[in-house]
Amino acid sequence: MTQAFRSADRGRVDRTRPLRFSFDGRSYEGLSGDSLASALLANGVHLMGRSFKYHRPRGVLAAGAEEPSALVSVRRDAARYTPNLRATQVELYDGLEAHSQNRWPSLSFDVGAISDLLSPLFPAGFYYKTFMWPRGGWKALYEPCIRAAAGLGRAPREVDPDRYANRYAHCDVLVVGGGPAGLAAALAAADRGARVMLCDEQAQLGGSLLAEASGDPTDAWLARSIESLRAHARVTLLSRTTAFGYFPHNLIALNQRLTDHLENPRAGQTRERCWQVRARQVVLATGAIERPLVFPGNDRPGIMLAAAARSFLNRYAVVPGTRAVVIAACDEAYRAAIELHQAGVAIAMIGDVRARADGDWPEAARRAGLPVQTHTTVLGTEGRLRIKAARLLRLDTERRPIGAIQSHACDLLLMSGGFTPSVHLHSQSRGKLAWDQRVQGFIPAQAAERVRSAGSCRGVFSLAAAIEDGADAGSSAAGDAAACTTAFPAAPDSSRAAPDGAMAGYAGALPQPQAAPGSKAFVDWQNDVTTRDLALALREGFVSIEHIKRYTTAGMATDQGKTSNLNALGFVSQRLDKAIAEVGLTTFRMPYTPVTFGSFAGFARGELFDPVRTTPIHEWAVQHGAVFEDVALWKRARHFPQDGEDLHAAVARECRAVRGGCGIFDASTLGKIEVVGRDAVTFMNRMYANAWTSLAVGRCRYGVLLREDGFVLDDGVVARTAEDRFHVTTTTGGAPRVLALMEDYLQTEWPELQVWLTSTTEQWAVIALQGPNSRRVLQYLVQDVDLSAAAMPHMSVARGAICGVPALVFRVSFTGELGFEVNVPADYALAVWAAIYEAGAAHGITAYGTEAMHVLRAEKGYIIIGQETDGTATADDVGLGWAVSKLKPDFVGKRSLARLAMSAPDRRQLVGLLTSDPQLVLEEGAQVMLSSGQRPPARPIGHVTSSYYSATRERSIALAMVAGGRSRVGQTLCVAATSGDVPVQVTSPVFFDPEGKRLDG
Amino acid sequence: MVDLSALRRPPIIAASPMLRLQPPAARHILRAAPAVLEAAGEALGLSLSMPVCRASIAATRAALWLGPDERLLLGEASSAIETARRLQQALQQQPHSLVDVSHRQVAFAITGPQAATVLAAGCPLDLDPGAFPVGMCTRTVLAKAEIVLWRRADDGFHLEVWRSFAAYVSGVLAEAARDLADT
Repeated sequence: MTQAFRSADRGRVDRTRPLRFSFDGRSYEGLSGDSLASALLANGVHLMGRSFKYHRPRGVLAAGAEEPSALVSVRRDAARYTPNLRATQVELYDGLEAHSQNRWPSLSFDVGAISDLLSPLFPAGFYYKTFMWPRGGWKALYEPCIRAAAGLGRAPREVDPDRYANRYAHCDVLVVGGGPAGLAAALAAADRGARVMLCDEQAQLGGSLLAEASGDPTDAWLARSIESLRAHARVTLLSRTTAFGYFPHNLIALNQRLTDHLENPRAGQTRERCWQVRARQVVLATGAIERPLVFPGNDRPGIMLAAAARSFLNRYAVVPGTRAVVIAACDEAYRAAIELHQAGVAIAMIGDVRARADGDWPEAARRAGLPVQTHTTVLGTEGRLRIKAARLLRLDTERRPIGAIQSHACDLLLMSGGFTPSVHLHSQSRGKLAWDQRVQGFIPAQAAERVRSAGSCRGVFSLAAAIEDGADAGSSAAGDAAACTTAFPAAPDSSRAAPDGAMAGYAGALPQPQAAPGSKAFVDWQNDVTTRDLALALREGFVSIEHIKRYTTAGMATDQGKTSNLNALGFVSQRLDKAIAEVGLTTFRMPYTPVTFGSFAGFARGELFDPVRTTPIHEWAVQHGAVFEDVALWKRARHFPQDGEDLHAAVARECRAVRGGCGIFDASTLGKIEVVGRDAVTFMNRMYANAWTSLAVGRCRYGVLLREDGFVLDDGVVARTAEDRFHVTTTTGGAPRVLALMEDYLQTEWPELQVWLTSTTEQWAVIALQGPNSRRVLQYLVQDVDLSAAAMPHMSVARGAICGVPALVFRVSFTGELGFEVNVPADYALAVWAAIYEAGAAHGITAYGTEAMHVLRAEKGYIIIGQETDGTATADDVGLGWAVSKLKPDFVGKRSLARLAMSAPDRRQLVGLLTSDPQLVLEEGAQVMLSSGQRPPARPIGHVTSSYYSATRERSIALAMVAGGRSRVGQTLCVAATSGDVPVQVTSPVFFDPEGKRLDG
Repeated sequence: MVDLSALRRPPIIAASPMLRLQPPAARHILRAAPAVLEAAGEALGLSLSMPVCRASIAATRAALWLGPDERLLLGEASSAIETARRLQQALQQQPHSLVDVSHRQVAFAITGPQAATVLAAGCPLDLDPGAFPVGMCTRTVLAKAEIVLWRRADDGFHLEVWRSFAAYVSGVLAEAARDLADT
């Protein structure tokens, strides 16, 4: 028996295109145009899921994005397994494989359903109350168990093989929602010449019109509207696209799904595209969501919203049952009853909750001979995997029974509690909401963005009025966009909203003649929150709706309370005897419906997660077996292992080569800033702690840059290349922030200075030659540069050429050896490097990486920003007090240095540490203690900042920041290590050549 | 003695139909007050007093407005020394900053009817010809990289980016071009 519940003549599905699909391993047939939910219903399958907490059997409540219960996982392969999809939004394709969730061993027999029987043990907030002891139990035992028992689908463990994309877009008018109001708005705006974008979450445009019977007069209007929109060159129509977030200044995020509905997506086809749309004006035409009614047993499979039943029948050609009970608090339910009746469903009873039912639709129902009664409430329902009967009772306004309890056998129960305007995006935009009595809902009031709402999302329910409302909104939005209006639209006129109150409906729990212990009347289907949970929260003293929401978790599931928020409010309002408007409303959070991580990530994954910056010499390093490390966004060669060397062997060899002969090092990543202008020296004097006036052209100085608070921010060698020109270097990671800081001071504090900054970080590649042989290697390669000690002393710079390439040659050292840094324009760097390397072969030239560089500088006690400094170190703390000018009237950070604490004798100061075991290398970051054997809470007096094995000293060395460290030289302190306390001797931070003789080769 | 000056080696970037790495060029950043910029323009035979975010072109030279006091000067690779000589002569005593950045950045040409859409994958600006007309240029971002974007034709853009970001920019644009097919 396939598709036994398919209507023969209704619907917008394609009967010529049957599709096979499976649900929990069973095969079914559906039709092209079906959703998974409608295809299952066509096969008579109502049981689609188990509830989150009590594992109750659940069917489908709604037909769209608001579906709280029918959550499924769809599997294409092991890696393409998407959990928690609403079956109502899963488009059917041939071969679709879907699975139910939160059940074991099967959907119809679920062991977890025991929790339904044990539910008295799990009231609202039970985990705050029950799992308090022992203290460690929550993390180790209770939380994992609760998470395993309650829950949703499982995410795949494989890497997501799909592609995702980003796109920015701009338009005059963005229309959200492709129903009648949205289409009318887009048309009106397009007709006024606006650049329009319209997005709709469904596969087809039309919104509520898709739930009208095919052949309905609205069909022609819909087709015509879409056709005219397509004809406009400046209109972009996006279907399967959800506007899920509203960000400041009319930035709206859209998630477009491109392949989830396809049987065979192309390899590499984009699965989802995240749009960031900046719109001059926004029209929200997001529609309204029907409210369920709250009565005991209102969650059984076969119980659904009246509008959902219409949608299943008229759009998907599904007859959702054979005999229905209809509970109405709104005239819309009568339409559903009439149409289902026409499709052959027996209507057992239309029970109206209200005292009167005399609108057009109720009258039509009576004329059609359907049984109608007012004053109705529902006492309960029967059936386990499908509703079997509903017990109704009529109550007068004093809640006194009228007549006897009626039991109606049925396999379908439709309910309509009225329509809740979808104000999610308006609320996300920080717009105000106002309670509207006729709508019985919150509708948009004053906007806080250039946004308007139109149609049923602001309570304008009738079709004609909604179309007119949309056209007005689209037209005025286009006008404001053309005029570049920046003001927010005035609070909308609400006279169009629900003029007759026929759609108002009901909020809260249906009246009951007496308490019914043990029964569950669900308010929030997805989080399994019942009226008893809300009542408990009120009994326990919660009065704020925000607190009640958090305590009971009502409205906190992935559906964000689309079907439950207003009923929760209504219930609280009934119990507190306060108007709903006074109870207040909780916040609407993004995303409107869940969005995949892939969509957020877009291109930013794998190799494109972040830019990977490489130097012009990178290729050579790769060819020579370099192992790289990440420094900021750069890849830097860390070491060059040879013949199976490990890190330590390679670094030791590289260090010995530098000290004994010549090392070559790629320092291209250093930040470089050209400071040029007649006030350049004044600017340098104000920025840096050092004095610059005395620096002669052709000479270099080590510069220390402080922050306003006096702590060390950055350092680097600065060369004066002309009277009005400085070549400033910064640390690799600090380059952008130093340039930004300088530019900031220049523009905001010293705009009068005639000086300009230009980054030359990537203009110059830097090849460092370090070691006693470095001059011998270079001297025959350079032109117009005299490298002799007399002509080019330590800390000097010369302009010339190397191998015919223009060069800026520095004599500087970060190793303590004779050294040069050759700057060449980047495109030449690879060739120059290769030439130097070749010329150096006779002098034992050795490429070294950042690790050897770190060891060599630590042997000399040279600091590294971010390693010895941590944002709380002064220049004096790290032994650079000599660099801070005492004479300059001012410089950045000077005033802060005058604070007493900045010169306190117990500040942490840079020292060296030597272990008694020369082979023991301390851990970086380890705490330095006054004595060993201290028990927590022990107070450390410092920490190890750098620690290496020094091949030069043939022992371990360490740098540390220790309180009052310089006065402790000679003392024995203790370093806490994982293996136990290690005694260390405090020394000077300079471990090698303290006189600095080797700088001269 | 080897002479390597002929061995110029720009970054290697895989080409794609929509994206072409441009040959090396001479580039300078000139920063000065408006009056000085005007004098500099005369020396180069090219207006440097263009409106905000606009480029000017004359023969083989172009100048891009990057800020009230900042221009990016572009020319043929061989013209770098001549440009510097002319400006130094013309601006001798006038306060200014001229910095050669020929090797700092590389340029891409992005062409085709979908060029703007491809850029929109990572550039948050409105690239509609009405909002970003031919001749407009600006500093902006492409995903996580800073770029300078200059529209040279309705369907053609010139993009300048620091050399170490070139591979990233080309990677993002290649992904974006791949996404175009999937409308």
